[in-house]
Amino acid sequence: MTADVDPGPAPEPRTVPRVYKGYRVEALVFLGTALFFAIILGVYWFTSYEHAGSVMLFMTVFLGIVPGSYLFWWGWSRGGNMPARPEDSDEAELEDGAGTVGAFPSSSIWPFCMGISAAVVCLALVFGAWLGVLGGAGVVATLIGYTLETRRGGYI
Amino acid sequence: MTLVAERPAVAHEEHHEEHRSGILYWLTSTDHKVIGKNYLYTSVFFFLVGGLMAMFIRVQLFSPNNTFVSQDTFNQLFTMHGTIMLLLFAGPFAFAGFANYIVPLQVGAPDMAFPRLNALSYWLFLSGGLIMLSSFLVAGGAADFGWTAYAPLSNSLYTPGAGADLWIVSLFLTGFSAIFSGINLVVTTYGLRAPGMTMFRMPIFTWNMLVTAILILIAFPVFTSALVMLYFDRHFHTHIFETNGGGVPILWQHLFWFFGHPEVYILALPYFGIVSEVIPVFARKPIFGYKGIVFATLSIAGLSTGVWAHHMFATGAVLLPFFSGMTMLIAVPTGIKFFAWIGTMWRGSIVFSTPMLFAVGFLVVFLAGGLSGIILAAPPLDFYTNNSYFLVAHFHEVLMGTAVFGGFCGWYFWYPKFTGRMFNEKLGWAHFWVMFFGFWFQTIPQYLVGLHGMPRRIAIYQVSDGFTTLNRISSVGAWLVGLSFVIFLVNMWVSWRRPVPAGGNPWDGYSLEWATTSPPPHHNFERIPPIRSERPVWDMNHADIEDIQPHGSHGSHK
Repeated sequence: MTADVDPGPAPEPRTVPRVYKGYRVEALVFLGTALFFAIILGVYWFTSYEHAGSVMLFMTVFLGIVPGSYLFWWGWSRGGNMPARPEDSDEAELEDGAGTVGAFPSSSIWPFCMGISAAVVCLALVFGAWLGVLGGAGVVATLIGYTLETRRGGYI
Repeated sequence: MTLVAERPAVAHEEHHEEHRSGILYWLTSTDHKVIGKNYLYTSVFFFLVGGLMAMFIRVQLFSPNNTFVSQDTFNQLFTMHGTIMLLLFAGPFAFAGFANYIVPLQVGAPDMAFPRLNALSYWLFLSGGLIMLSSFLVAGGAADFGWTAYAPLSNSLYTPGAGADLWIVSLFLTGFSAIFSGINLVVTTYGLRAPGMTMFRMPIFTWNMLVTAILILIAFPVFTSALVMLYFDRHFHTHIFETNGGGVPILWQHLFWFFGHPEVYILALPYFGIVSEVIPVFARKPIFGYKGIVFATLSIAGLSTGVWAHHMFATGAVLLPFFSGMTMLIAVPTGIKFFAWIGTMWRGSIVFSTPMLFAVGFLVVFLAGGLSGIILAAPPLDFYTNNSYFLVAHFHEVLMGTAVFGGFCGWYFWYPKFTGRMFNEKLGWAHFWVMFFGFWFQTIPQYLVGLHGMPRRIAIYQVSDGFTTLNRISSVGAWLVGLSFVIFLVNMWVSWRRPVPAGGNPWDGYSLEWATTSPPPHHNFERIPPIRSERPVWDMNHADIEDIQPHGSHGSHK
């Protein structure tokens, strides 16, 4: 890639190779899903004896269309609403992606609390409403803790 | 505390030190590696529990008129065996365990996209699984309507008691856990790839996990809502699945199998991905037909969702040609995959380490299971073999081939990455061969006894039925499979007590997880090699070799 560059005194500042068509394959995966199930839905609708399958296939078409068309519209077809991403370029260097990737919580007790509270709520469906009070209180407390966690910046 | 992750190639900061240890570290960690290992060990635990139930089932079927367990207990055993193996082992083992650990490493990401959601999905899975096991303790015992829970058998009249309700809520919890994992996987592969890691340079395993995640998003919401309807039928008299009151029992079958058939592929596709990672590394060649495998995976996923009612041929209420034809079509992309795997091994310098043994075992076992699947896809043959042991043998061959042979292929392959320790090759070799032979002794007699007319899910047969010999062979085979997992546990113990250091890249692997240490540091990478093809680590380690151009390099990697 850089084999024929003249070895000058200072390397030229690297220009961004081209406008990346971001999210192209990503969008096509979902849109292809929608197209496939639209075809299947067409066949099934006219040949089957029942409606449940058609409804489920119809909803599956939407599962493809909603994220697929979002990625297509914002990332690919208009080419600029989402910033160009180095991971969509064949020729990107790691430096192109320098900087902050994202904020990742390192540890949190709240997922555990939420999981246990949700399980208690589910057990209330089997063993009686009193568990639902317990589990519901747990869910509310966890929601508060979860929401305020980043603001407090604490470990737990 | 929230950490801001930087790209490691530019500036790498002091790693955050985890000061906590022990139980609190385990409870609060949102690191994808910790959660991935939690998933792996938990699902292997469930595998051993479900396997123990299989051993009991085979003891009961060893002799005619056996009274080892009562008929009620037998029903509970096969129900819980199926549910645990499918929904608590085979699925989470791959799409949550391996995927959590490996996918961020393979795309060069510091973590999964939503770490806290990831942790929540593990806790939902664990609590759901424990609720499932605890249902043996309630009065009336665990659910006993089979893992398919067909209406109206599963309603409150025919299956009263808390066991069935616990089954429902437990699967409700694990269903949400799976959906959260699916969302996390899609966003991680779409949004957290390293620069240069285009979609068509992602390792096949990551591709398969992406497709699996989309299948999860298609299938699991249907199942979870069907469970809510079943619960309503049982407790609030809604008659959705009951004829008295205008409901339709067969609706349950439609809802269940619209989930259930993609679920089988949710179980299978990740293991296809594992094998697609292992075979190139041990054949010392790039994967043959990269894009072919990717498109085959996508079409398998699509077709698998369109074929749900081939489980319902015998109801007489489905369109046979449509579902039969679609089912047989699945053989085409699967055949493409086999072609690609064999093409990868063709004229390669194959090294038969333990992961490669399991990969080849996967090929053989899954091929046999797939072929009997073609037989079952033909309605005339399906009517004959429906609900017989032929079906049981087919199903076990497909799922043992993928989840067990493929799964332990991945376990032996990535265990050095998880722990920094190697497995003992001799014990791994013994594990494989005992399991492989035991498996055929277990399965072939089941095909035959099914063709002789033995129905599935029966606890007792008579001497005059003539099933005795075949069942005995099958039981011995199943116990051999059980024994092979004792060898596996011994191997785990040996590698724990007498560790052999693995180093960062023990297999001279290809994809990014081998570019870091074993186990990887917090946020995964000290540095990432330049990504110019689908196997960046190989490019880095073998920059002098030019004659093999892997997929995605476009002639630019030199």
